[in-house]
Amino acid sequence: MIAHYGFEDGSGVFYITIDTGKCARCEDRGCAGGCPEGLFALEPDDEDIPVAGIREQARNALKAACAACKPLERRPALLPCQKSCGLEAITHSW
Amino acid sequence: MDYWRWTESAWKDPDVPDWRGAMVTAGVDIGSTSTQAVILLDGKLYAYANMRTGSNSPNSALEAMNRAMEGTGLTLEDLRFTVGTGYGRVNVPFAHKSVTEITCHARGANYLYGPTVRTILDMGGQDCKAIGCDAKGAVTSFMMNDKCAAGTGRGMEVIANLLAVPVEEIGPLSLSIDGEPEPVSSVCVIFAKTAATGLMRAGWSKEKVLAAYCLAMAIRVVRLLERNGVEEDFAITGGIAKNSGVVRRIERLLGITALKTDLDTQIAGALGGALIAGDLLRKRQASGKG
Ligand code: SF4
Ligand code: SF4
Repeated sequence: MIAHYGFEDGSGVFYITIDTGKCARCEDRGCAGGCPEGLFALEPDDEDIPVAGIREQARNALKAACAACKPLERRPALLPCQKSCGLEAITHSW
Repeated sequence: MDYWRWTESAWKDPDVPDWRGAMVTAGVDIGSTSTQAVILLDGKLYAYANMRTGSNSPNSALEAMNRAMEGTGLTLEDLRFTVGTGYGRVNVPFAHKSVTEITCHARGANYLYGPTVRTILDMGGQDCKAIGCDAKGAVTSFMMNDKCAAGTGRGMEVIANLLAVPVEEIGPLSLSIDGEPEPVSSVCVIFAKTAATGLMRAGWSKEKVLAAYCLAMAIRVVRLLERNGVEEDFAITGGIAKNSGVVRRIERLLGITALKTDLDTQIAGALGGALIAGDLLRKRQASGKG
C-alpha cells in the first residue's frame, strides 16, 4: 500500500509517503528510531504485519515537525528518516 | 431551526424473517459527527442504523447497535464477532477487534458498489480520504486531509447554518441556478463564512453562493483524489455523497460518473468492519479457536 500522510494548505503540500509493501519485508524497522521527532509508529496492517505510519497527532503538523531536518541551505541528500530506512520506502513531497 | 441537522436512518432487510442459524457479525463506525452500526447474516447485509455521535463514544456505539437490532430479536450476545472502526474505534465496548477506517471503508465500498471500484472518496464529518483499492476491497493507496473542515460534513453544516438552508437542500439548490459562478476563494470554513457573507451583501442569491461553495469544495477534493491517483470505477462514501451539488461537480471535474447505491452511503465503514469481522471469525473457526 502507498500511504500518504500529511496535508495541503495555502503554503504548500506537505505529505510523507510510505510504501508499506516494503515494510512487510523489512527486518530492522529502522524508521521507528530514526526520526528525531519520533514521527514514525509501527502499526499492524490488514495481515497483522507491523508497517510504518505517521503518528496521528503529528499528521497535521509535518511542515513544522520536519523543519529542522530541512534547512533552506545545505539540505542533506537523504533525510534522517530516509537514511534509517534501508528499503527506500519513505519519500517527502517537499 | 437547526439547519445543519441531517436525517438519521435505520434499515432492516424485510425479506429475512429470522436470523437464527446464521453467522451474525457486526461493525460499528464511530466518527466525529456520526455513528453507524451494521449487522450481517452469513456475510450479507441484514440491518443497519446511522445516527449522530453523542458526547460519549461507548454510549453512541451501543445506541447505534440497539437501533440496528431493533425489531430483530437480536441481542449483543448474538453478535459472534464485532469490529470497531473510525476515530472512536477503541471505544466500542462490545467489539472484539478494532480496524482502521481506511481498511474498513475500502472493504465496505467494495460491497456497496461492487468489485469494479478502484477509487473511493470518503467525505466524512471531519476529514476527507482518497482511497485506491483492488477487486477484493484491499487498500492499495490512500491520502487524507483532516487539517481543516473544508470538504467535510462539518464545513457543509457551517454553511447550512450561515445561510439558513437545511443541509439536505444545499445540493439541489446549488444546482438550480443557470451557469456556474466562480468558486469561493477559500473553502476553509472560517474564511468561507466571511466570503459567503460578502457575496450575499454584494447581491448574490443563496443558490449562487451555495453553488460557489459546492464548487470550491469539489475542486479541493478532486485535487486530493488526483494526487492519490484516480482509476475507474469511482465511488463516493460518507455524508457528502448525499449532496448532489458536490457530487455532480466532482463528476464534472473528473469527467467520471460516480457509482450510486440505494443504501445509506454513510454505512461503508461499519459495513466493511462487519465483513472483516466475518473473515476474522472464519479464521478463528478454521484454527479451532472460534
Ligand atoms: S524502515 Fe522503511 S521499510 Fe522498514 S518499517 Fe520503516 S519505513 Fe518500512
Ligand atoms: S524529515 Fe526529520 S523530522 Fe521529518 S520525518 Fe524525516 S527524520 Fe523525522
